[in-house]
Amino acid sequence: MKNALKKWKLPAFMLGPFLVLIIMFFFLPVLLTAALAFTNMGPSMQWEFNAVQNFQKLFSDPNLTKILTNTAVYVGFTLLINVFFGLTLALFTTYFARKERHGLFFRTIWMLPRMSPPVVYALLWVWFFDPSEYGLLNGIRAIFFDLPPINIIGNEPMFIVILANGFIGASFGMIIFSSAIKSIPQDLFYAASVDGASHWSIIKDIIMPAIRWPFMFVTIWQLLSLLTSYEYILLITDGGPLNESEVLALYSYHKAFQHFEYGYGAAISLILVVIALICTFILWRFFRVKEMMRTSRID
Amino acid sequence: MESVEKSIPGLSGNVLLYKLKRRLPYIVSYGVLAITTLPVIFMYLWLIIQSFAGKMKYGLIPQDFTLENWEFLWTNLIYKGIELPSIWLATGNSLLFAGTLTLFEVLIGIMAGYALSRLSFPGRENILKLTMILHAFPSIALLIATFYILKFLGLYDSLFGVVLVKTALQIPMTTWIIKGFFDDVPWDLEWSGLIDGCSRLKVWFRIVLPQVKPGIAAVSIFSFLSGWSEFLLLYTFIISQDNVTLASFLQLLTSDPNQVSYGVLCAISLFYLLPVLVFFIFTQKSFMQANVGGVKRA
Repeated sequence: MKNALKKWKLPAFMLGPFLVLIIMFFFLPVLLTAALAFTNMGPSMQWEFNAVQNFQKLFSDPNLTKILTNTAVYVGFTLLINVFFGLTLALFTTYFARKERHGLFFRTIWMLPRMSPPVVYALLWVWFFDPSEYGLLNGIRAIFFDLPPINIIGNEPMFIVILANGFIGASFGMIIFSSAIKSIPQDLFYAASVDGASHWSIIKDIIMPAIRWPFMFVTIWQLLSLLTSYEYILLITDGGPLNESEVLALYSYHKAFQHFEYGYGAAISLILVVIALICTFILWRFFRVKEMMRTSRID
Repeated sequence: MESVEKSIPGLSGNVLLYKLKRRLPYIVSYGVLAITTLPVIFMYLWLIIQSFAGKMKYGLIPQDFTLENWEFLWTNLIYKGIELPSIWLATGNSLLFAGTLTLFEVLIGIMAGYALSRLSFPGRENILKLTMILHAFPSIALLIATFYILKFLGLYDSLFGVVLVKTALQIPMTTWIIKGFFDDVPWDLEWSGLIDGCSRLKVWFRIVLPQVKPGIAAVSIFSFLSGWSEFLLLYTFIISQDNVTLASFLQLLTSDPNQVSYGVLCAISLFYLLPVLVFFIFTQKSFMQANVGGVKRA
C-alpha cells in the first residue's frame, strides 16, 4: 500500500497544477455551457431553468437568417483564401523560389500580421479603409486616380472582414504547406526535371500527393477556428453596421456580454461547442495529430 | 549562305523565346509574391512614417517631422473629455500580465511535460491523448461559462484571474512542446544521477532541466508574446481602469477613430508593437522553423 502511494506521489505532484487548470477551464466550462443553455440566466446570475425556450427563441429570432448567411459566407470565403492563397504562397516560396533566402524573406513578411497584436492589426485595416480622406485607400484614390473618398467598411463590411481574416489565416496554411513541401526528398524533383516533366505535372504528381493530409488538416482546423473565432470581426466592424457582419459566434458573445442574456448566449455557444467537438473528434480520429505535433518541435 | 543568314536571327529569337518560356513561371511567381506582399510592407512602413509626421498630404505623404504624436509618453491623453490613465500604468499591467503568464506556463509546463515524458503511471496515455485533443479545441466558445467560473471564484476583473484562464488555454500546447524536448534527453543522464543517490525530483531539477534550456527559452518567448498581444480575454473580463492593459488602452482609442488622430494611434501602436518587432528582427532566421505547427488561430 505504502509502495503504491509512493509510486503515485511524484506524477500526482508534477501533473497536479496542469490537471487542475484543465478541469477548471476546459471540462467545467463545457458542462457549464451545457447547463446554462437551458436557463434564462440574466445580469442577476440566477439559475432559472426554462427547458428548451432558448432554442425556441433562437429559431424564431428575426436576425437568425441574416446571421447564418453571414456565418456561411464568412467561413466559406475566408476558408477559400486561407487554404488556396496559403497553398499559393507555400508553392511560390518553396518550389518556385530560386534561392531559399527569397522564400524565407516572403514567408517572414507574411508572419508579421500573425505576430502583431490583434488590436494593432485591426487598426491597420480600419486605417487603410477609413471612409474619410485620412484613410490610406482614399489617399491613394485621390493622388493617383483623383477619385472621391469611399466607405468600404460601411458598405461592404463582410468583404473587409473576410480579407482581414484571410490574410492572417493564409500564413497558417503557408507554414504547414511549405514544411510539407520541403520534406519531399529533393531527388524526386531532380529526377522529374531530368525526365522533362513540366512544372504542372511536378505540382500535380509530386507535390499534391505529398500535401494531401496537411491540406485536409488545414481545412478542418481552419473551419473549426473560423466558426468559433470572432476577435478580428469584433475589432474591425463589431458585427455592424446593423448586423451586416454579425456571425453566430459573435452573436453569442454580444448576447452574453452586451445584453447580459447569459442563458441565451450559452445556448448559441452550445451549438458551436457541439460542432467543435465533432470537428475535434474528426481531426483526432483521422489525422494522427500526434505526428503532426512532432513537427511543431522547436530546435 | 542565304539560309544561314536567315536562320541565325531566327534561332536567336527562338532561344530568347525558349528562355522566356522557361523563366515565365518564376517571373509570375515572384511577381505575384511581390504584389501581394507589398501592401503588408506598405502598411507597417506607413505606421512608422505616420507616427513621426505632423501632417500627411492626402493621408499618405508626410509633410513635416514631429514628435507631437509621442506626447502620450509623458502626458495623459484626454479622450472624449475624460483624462485617461497613464500609458505607463497600461504598460506595467501588460508586462505584469505577460510576465506572470510566462512564469505559470513554464513552471506548469516543465512539471507536466516531464511527467508525461519520463514517468510511468496509469492513465499516462489518456492524458497524452487529452492534451492533444485540447490543443485543437476552440476554447473561445466557452467564454460565457468561463465568465461564470471567474465570478464564482471572485476573480472577475482581476488580472490574476485572466492569467489563470489564459494559462489554462495554452498549457496543452506548451506542455506538448516541452515534452518533446524532454523526450530527447538521454536516459543515461538520469540513471547516473539516480545511481549517485539523488531522488527522482532532484535529478529532474539538477540534471534534466538544464538539458532542456532551449525549450524553456522558446516557450517563454512565445508565452510572453501571446500574453503581451492578448486582447479578447482582457476586454471581456477586465472592467476597472486600474487594470487597464495596452491592448484595451489602444482598443478604446480606436473604437471611435474620429476622436484621436491617426498619428497618435500609430505612435501608440508602434510603442505596443516594440517587443514583437524586437523579437522579429532578432530571430528572423530560426523564426520559420519555430513556427511550424502554428499556435495562433485565425
